[in-house]
Parts: sequence; structure tokens; C-alpha cells
Amino acid sequence: MKKSKFPAIYLTIMTILTFVPIVVTIVYSFNASKITSVWGGFSLSWYEELFHDRDLFRALRNSLILGFAACMISAVIGTLGAIGVKRTNWKINDVISYISTLPIMIPEIILGMVYLAVFSFMGFKFGMLTLIIAHTSFCIPYIFMMVSDRLIGMDPQIEEAARDLGASPVQVFFDITLPSIVPAILSGLLLSFAMSFDDVVISVFVTGSSVNTLPIKIYTRMKTGVTPEINALATVMILVTMTILVLNRVYMRKHS
Amino acid sequence: MGSEGNTVSSAGNLPGGSVPGAAPKKNKKRRSSVWILMMPLYAFTLVFVFFPLIYMVYLSFMSRAEVWGFVNEFTIGNYKRILEPLYLGTFKDSLKLAFISTIVNIFIGYPYGYFMARLNDKWKKIMMLLVMIPFWTSGLIRLNGWIIVFRSNGVLDKLLMGLHITDAPLKMLYTYPMVVFGMIYALMPFMILAVYSSAEKMDWTLVEASRDLGASAAKTFFHVTLPLTMPGLLSGVILTFIPSMGLFFVADLLGGNKIVLIGNIIQQQLTKGRNLPFAAALSVVLMVLTSLLIALYRRIAGTRQLEGLI
Repeated sequence: MKKSKFPAIYLTIMTILTFVPIVVTIVYSFNASKITSVWGGFSLSWYEELFHDRDLFRALRNSLILGFAACMISAVIGTLGAIGVKRTNWKINDVISYISTLPIMIPEIILGMVYLAVFSFMGFKFGMLTLIIAHTSFCIPYIFMMVSDRLIGMDPQIEEAARDLGASPVQVFFDITLPSIVPAILSGLLLSFAMSFDDVVISVFVTGSSVNTLPIKIYTRMKTGVTPEINALATVMILVTMTILVLNRVYMRKHS
Repeated sequence: MGSEGNTVSSAGNLPGGSVPGAAPKKNKKRRSSVWILMMPLYAFTLVFVFFPLIYMVYLSFMSRAEVWGFVNEFTIGNYKRILEPLYLGTFKDSLKLAFISTIVNIFIGYPYGYFMARLNDKWKKIMMLLVMIPFWTSGLIRLNGWIIVFRSNGVLDKLLMGLHITDAPLKMLYTYPMVVFGMIYALMPFMILAVYSSAEKMDWTLVEASRDLGASAAKTFFHVTLPLTMPGLLSGVILTFIPSMGLFFVADLLGGNKIVLIGNIIQQQLTKGRNLPFAAALSVVLMVLTSLLIALYRRIAGTRQLEGLI
């Protein structure tokens, strides 16, 4: 069969197109002019402004705390849950697994709406706590699904052999089960952190007036008009994302 | 990690299974307390996922309160109100937009994922990274980039006018096609990854066999390739169709206030309208639509997990 050049051309063009907004954002973050449509020469002034913007830094700090807390709680609940579900054969396990993955299946707006109502019903104070609970709900599915997937591919005889040789259940967990699912947990953590760090729809409903996350801040500023400072912030965030992704690749290559 | 790795391999090499029949019995006894591990998941799911969804259904049958919240009076008025032309129209518009963006996504994303799966290992990894970077970059930030490109007198206008293709700004921002474009762009990675993951697992020798036996490229595609990649394609459809009904910020930022989707209405009812029960009723309808789609997917694809989601 002769090899057509079409696939390569198609992939190249489409990939370049998907990068257009990212490149434009980076280029315009160095634009000296305040009006985004006019190129006023190279300048770092928006970065200077960005690093003096306390409001944004507070929002960034909130987003980091939130992402970290939600991911850690989800990692524990999701990993233990996946192991438990695999090892027991309760009929209700299927139902619970299904319900627990609903937060990433249904449109985000429903989750936001529902939490707004439920948290007021439960009498929670809207702020960091409510944000963490809401984000945990959609981080658990990623970790749960990745770990479950990994457990299916595992040989149960290895653990049995360890038990036969006198290892305690705790020892088996830390010496055998955990090491083999660590890559799955890490990928799940990374993905759920990215989702948490990016979330606007759910966050706007469950946060109080005093706590802002970075995406919420960006959204409110974009609604009032695109500011060059946002471009600078976006560029920093893009660089962070790319670094995390590349590091993840390197890690995966080392451990695969 | 080195020491743990050794433990795994040395344990695996042991001459096991010397007492057949004895092992399962022992295991049953041993694993009796493993259920404790999943209790946090059970508790969280019941309290923070299951209960809230039930509460939403309950709320949707309540009456609205004067200022905020609801009054404990049963009514089906909220559902009746959805049937008003204004809201019914919004549902139709949202479904139409979701439908259009999903169709376009199939035509653009399917070949992308399919071609990607045919690359060699090195290029597969590079392309994967290139798909993931925009996917993991905040959706808002990418929209921000498109706004700079498409706004009146923006990058594209400057380019087109510079090349004398047009002589006035096109005013593309805040139009319907722009919102469709934004949706397609935002959700395309889901389609690509879903198709890719199922095309990657495909047995390509079947395609070759079909060609060797004299079937045309088109015939091979429709009779071999397409059926084999169907789970991925369907999963991609679900993953692009469902979110496109609720992403209110895309319509908000790219469509101005002109284009209103179900997501926007729910958001408005909660913020400006302060009508919690009505927002709940709208959510229930959206939820039912979503569940029907997922159920349909499971019926057709025969699997429970969505391809390419993780």
C-alpha cells in the first residue's frame, strides 16, 4: 500500500490551529499597548503589574490550597474505595461505583446548582470548606477509575503468596499493593489537580463572597473586558501546565 | 522504589499453589475486613453525591420563597413553567447547539484520533503531549486567546484587511457561529482521545486482510474500521454532547448576552432570578436527558466505562 501524505498534513494543520489561542496569548502578554488589538512594541510591564497584583496572588494561593486538599482527600478515598470494591463482591458495589462517578458524567452546572442548595440546607458556611467538598466530589472519580483499571491488571497471586509467607495485611498493602498502583494514583492526582485548578462552573456556585479562586477571578475580569494582565497570567499558567506535563512524561518513561 | 520492586518480583517467583483448594478458603477468612476500606467512598458518595441529587429532585417540586430558598409546598408549577415557549425554546437551542458541535467534532476529531493511532510510537507520544497541552490549559485562558483573535479589529481582522481580503472588521465575536466554534474547540480533545484510545487497541491486521481480499478503502473503512472504533466514537459523542449543554461561560464570553443555553438559564435563575426550585427543575430535566444518553451509550456500546475518559 502506498503511504498517503494526507494524515501527516491533516494532523499538522489541526495541531497548529489548536495552538493559535495559546501562542496569541503569549505574544500579546508582551504587548506594550493597553489596547489588545494594537501592537505597541515589546514590554514586560504586564508581568510587573501581575506580580504586584495582591488580589490575584490571593486567588492563586486559594486555588493551590483547594487543589491540593481536594486531590489528597480524593486520593485516599478513591484508592481505598477502588481496592475495597475490587476485593468484596457486594452487589451494591456497582451502584455505588456508578453514583460516585456521576460528578464527572453530568453537566457541571447541575453539580454547582445542587451543591449551592445542599450546602445551604446543611448550614455550611460558603468558602474554602464547601469548595473542597465540591472539588473532592469530581476528583474522586478520576482516581477511583484509574486505580480500578490498574487493579484489574494485577496478579492477585502475588499478594496471596506474600500472605502465605506470613506478611500482615498492612505489610502486604504497603509492600505490594501500593507500589504497583502508585503510577495510577499519580496520574489520577495530576488529572484531578488540573481539573480542580481549571474549574469555574462549580466553583462560582459554592464559594462565598470572601474566597476567590484563580479561574473565578479570571472569569470576572474577562467579563469586564480582556485585560493585558490576564495574558501575562495566562502565559505563566501555560508554562506551569507544560512543565507538569513534561515532568509527568519523564516520570512515566522512567517507571514504565 | 527499588526495594519494593524487589519484593514484588521475589514474591512472584515463589513456588506457590502447592496446596490446591486450601487457598480460597483461607482468603475468604482473611479478607473479611477489607470492606472497611471502601467505607469512606460509600459515605462520601451517599452524603455528597446521592443525597444532593435526591434533594434536587425534591426541591424541584417545592414553591419558591419570596427572597431566597423555598417554601415546603408541593407544586408541579416549575415543570409546567419549563413548557413555556421561552424555556422550551432554550432547551431546543441548547440541544441544537450540542448537536451541531458534536457532529462537527466527529468529522474533525475522528480523523485526528484515527491518524494519531497509526503513527509510530515516538510520534504517538509527541502528538499525545501536543493534544494534552491545550487540553490541560485552562479553558478560560484559551477562550481569552480566541477573543484576541476574533474580536473586532483583532488579529484575524488585521490579517484579512492587511491581505486586502476584507476591508472592514468582520465583527465575528458575539455571534452564534462563534459560540459553536468555542464549544467545538473546548470539547474536541475529548473526541480525539476517545477515538484514539479505541483505534489504538484495534487489530490493524483485520484492515490489511480486508484490503488484501480486494475490498476498496471505503468499503474497508465502513465494514471494518468504523465498527471496531465505534466504542471510542460513541464515547466521544457522549463526552462532547453532554458538557456542551451546560458550559455557560462559553456562551457568556463568546456570545455576549445574545445566545442563551440551558446552562445560562440555570445560572441566571440562581443568581439574578433567585428561584432555587425552578433552577432545580431545569437541572432535573437536564439530568434526565443526560442519563438517557448515557444509558443509550451503554446499550449500544455494551460497556460501562467511557472510552478515553481516563
